[in-house]
Amino acid sequence: MEKVIEISGLTKRYGTHTVVDNLDLSIAKGEIFGLLGPNGAGKSTTILMLLGLSEPDAGTARVCGLDPFRHPIKVKKKVGYLPEDVGFYDDYTGLNNLLYTARLNDIPKEEGERRAGQLLKRVGLTEEKDKKAGEYSRGMRQRLGLADVLMKNPEVIILDEPTLGIDPAGVREFLEGIVQLSREEGITVLLSSHLLHQVQQVCDRVGIFVKGKLLAEGNINTLASQLFPAEKGKKKKYGLEDIYNHYFQGGGNNHE
Amino acid sequence: MNNKPYRDTISLRPFWSMVQKEITDHVRSWRFLILLGIIVLTCIGSLYSSLSSMMKSGGASNGENAFFFLNLFTLSDGTLPSFFVFVAFLGPLLGISLGFDAINSEQSKGTLSRILAQPIPRDYVLNAKFVAGVIVAAVMFFTLAFLVLGTGLIVLGSPPTPEEFLRIIFYTLLSVVYVSFWLNLSILFSVRMKQPATSALSGLAVWLFFTVFYPLIINVILKSIQPSQFAPPAALYLYEKFRFSLVQIIPNELFSEITSALLMPGVRSLGPLTMEQLHGAIPGPLPVGQSLLIVWPQLTGLIALTLLCFVLSYLSFMRREIRSR
Repeated sequence: MEKVIEISGLTKRYGTHTVVDNLDLSIAKGEIFGLLGPNGAGKSTTILMLLGLSEPDAGTARVCGLDPFRHPIKVKKKVGYLPEDVGFYDDYTGLNNLLYTARLNDIPKEEGERRAGQLLKRVGLTEEKDKKAGEYSRGMRQRLGLADVLMKNPEVIILDEPTLGIDPAGVREFLEGIVQLSREEGITVLLSSHLLHQVQQVCDRVGIFVKGKLLAEGNINTLASQLFPAEKGKKKKYGLEDIYNHYFQGGGNNHE
Repeated sequence: MNNKPYRDTISLRPFWSMVQKEITDHVRSWRFLILLGIIVLTCIGSLYSSLSSMMKSGGASNGENAFFFLNLFTLSDGTLPSFFVFVAFLGPLLGISLGFDAINSEQSKGTLSRILAQPIPRDYVLNAKFVAGVIVAAVMFFTLAFLVLGTGLIVLGSPPTPEEFLRIIFYTLLSVVYVSFWLNLSILFSVRMKQPATSALSGLAVWLFFTVFYPLIINVILKSIQPSQFAPPAALYLYEKFRFSLVQIIPNELFSEITSALLMPGVRSLGPLTMEQLHGAIPGPLPVGQSLLIVWPQLTGLIALTLLCFVLSYLSFMRREIRSR
């Protein structure tokens, strides 16, 4: 299968502190991959390196076959990135924020307006499109962020803690939207989160990422059978929670 | 590895969209409107002051002063400073206020990481902020200069000569260069400092340092090495040269030298001159080209300072890690 994101030996240090430690990871086209780990595990740093917004100390990353640090613009043409706690120009309307993104992507005016209208409808903000982004609620901002990411018609979207601060109903809606999008348009999704229920809900495959290291990766069932082979006969269905607990047992990794 | 340069895929349209947005934001902001108000008011004040003093002196009857129109910019009746003094004073304020929150406010609003996730080169952000500031300042100064010209035309009833007009254009152009130095300095601070308030204060601190404290320090230094009245001319000349070169790194001083040479055609030299050099010179106005030649080193210095700030902001911005908020 075609690999959209390939990371090998990626390392990032701040001083003597290694944030991302020799990371290997590959994500196939059309896949929804969940990067799961506690706060401060290096998820965001990894994502920044994938976008060329941070410089790796060692190792390589390939996004759509391109090195994000050497060809950041080509990479960013194909990759949409929704940062944690996305910011908009508060005194611009939601629609105008999207249109500005369209202009930055060099999308012609009519095309940009058409896409913005479609996407606002898709994320359910058609009625609020002429409200200033400063008046949006947290959940609305996040939905506007998703629309913003989709403006450039990306092949890959990277979402960093996208559900932070949204209420449970909103989260479900948001995640369902992402799944639908990925299935319909074949978009590869990389989602980082520290909330395992959400990751379990939507992701095809997960990677458990702690202290800069990828401890395990695979789909949830394989991970479970790898970790708890002896108990196979017990017929208990292991979930991500068990896997997660396995890694944090007695480790004192109480990050929340 | 594909090392082919990827420049061909970059279009300039996003850049001009960014410039357009920055200009819109400037023009709509309260900060800019307040500054504009202050500057327009002071200009009206100084214009009134110079006009009333010109009326008193009998205007054009003063035959030897051929550069009548330039007086609009330099003359004052003592109640208010003249136009060019005001520009020299308010220019830095304008430059600092246009740039002090350029980068850090985008960072704290979380928009910087979103903008940089779009397919644009990173320096577009810096360049767009700078170009937009320069355009705003240029439009503002040219408008003011032309308004002053127009008012002069109506009140005095005589048009400026082409020479005067050229001088005024050059003067305005160089004021924009001066403002762009302060703009760049404050963009540099906005790259370095996380809080807009800190960067605004740093910009103002530099401005105050150069207008108030640096001349004070120079005075202290110079007092200690001042040669006596009866020292040989060579020593006096060296002392004067030293004094002159000390003030040459102050942007305000550079600009005031530029304006005085451009707006007062009688100014023949900015540094110290010996009697020998003056020997045989016929006092009289210089043509525009010669006045420009006189201020060329000052202009170069000002542009060099501007570039220095720009390079420093580039260095610290281009490879920095951009986090959200």
